[in-house]
Amino acid sequence: MPLRAAEVQVGDSRELILVEDLTRTRIVQYAGASGDYNPLHTDEVFAKDVAGYPTVFAHGMLVMGMTGRILTDWTGDARLTSYAVRFVGQVWPGDTLTARATIDAVRDVNGERFVDLSVVTRNQRGDAVLTGTATARLD
Amino acid sequence: MAVEHFPIEEGHVLCFARAIGDPNPAYVDRDLAAKSEVGGIIAPPTFVQASAQFDPGYPLRPHDGQPWFGSGGTPTGVQSAIEGGNDTGTSGGSGLHAEQRYEYHRTLRVGDVLSAETKPGRTWQKQGRRAGALIFSEFVTEYRDAAGELVITATTVGVRTERVPERGGS
Repeated sequence: MPLRAAEVQVGDSRELILVEDLTRTRIVQYAGASGDYNPLHTDEVFAKDVAGYPTVFAHGMLVMGMTGRILTDWTGDARLTSYAVRFVGQVWPGDTLTARATIDAVRDVNGERFVDLSVVTRNQRGDAVLTGTATARLD
Repeated sequence: MAVEHFPIEEGHVLCFARAIGDPNPAYVDRDLAAKSEVGGIIAPPTFVQASAQFDPGYPLRPHDGQPWFGSGGTPTGVQSAIEGGNDTGTSGGSGLHAEQRYEYHRTLRVGDVLSAETKPGRTWQKQGRRAGALIFSEFVTEYRDAAGELVITATTVGVRTERVPERGGS
């Protein structure tokens, strides 16, 4: 159900656990779906021995994709007009990620109502791994 | 990147929704979708990233008859992979994805056929704490439907570092 303007207030927020104990298989699953098979994400030997990382890490776009769920669950299907993020920390196998979205503004544009949200996704240590903003059209 | 033919297919959307862990029936349930506002299965907000599957020269996918920079019998099949790099600025070698922005001009749905063209945008530099100079490059991709109408504008910001940062982020 699309979100109605009467149902939201600036400052409202909600939280969603996106993934618990992220697996390497899940990262490979995203590689297969997206087509990005970068060995930094899919190949432990390459990531460690060639690239010098402690292990493989998640695609930023996997984290953006997972985080999108809190926005579309809240504002409704097919309602986003923009979604923008910064990847501010790497996501590793074993991480548990929780997203928090907050209503920043509700505004009228040419007779239609829009809501601006901010979103931050944190790992189990409380470190932000993704920060972003989105706008959605309301009913 | 130039993609001439990116069909938005039901099975591909299903696999992508599974990969991002989103159980929303709007991405998989044909009967429910038929009764929705859009009238059919829609794609998740970041789905156009999967246009890489339809980019013939995409460098982050192994190609028949060409060496692959990931491991086989040795840790990498391409020695120059250690310096790394690819022309999308998103990843590979020492490059990482710094930012991603989407503007949705209309909702993407199963049955659409898109084409995509990527153009370079701005480039800038910052001094990083752990990784030396950070070089940011922007790439703007316009996804258009079969009628030529703009559906999604995607902006990717890639960052290259002088050296691999410590565990915990770039």
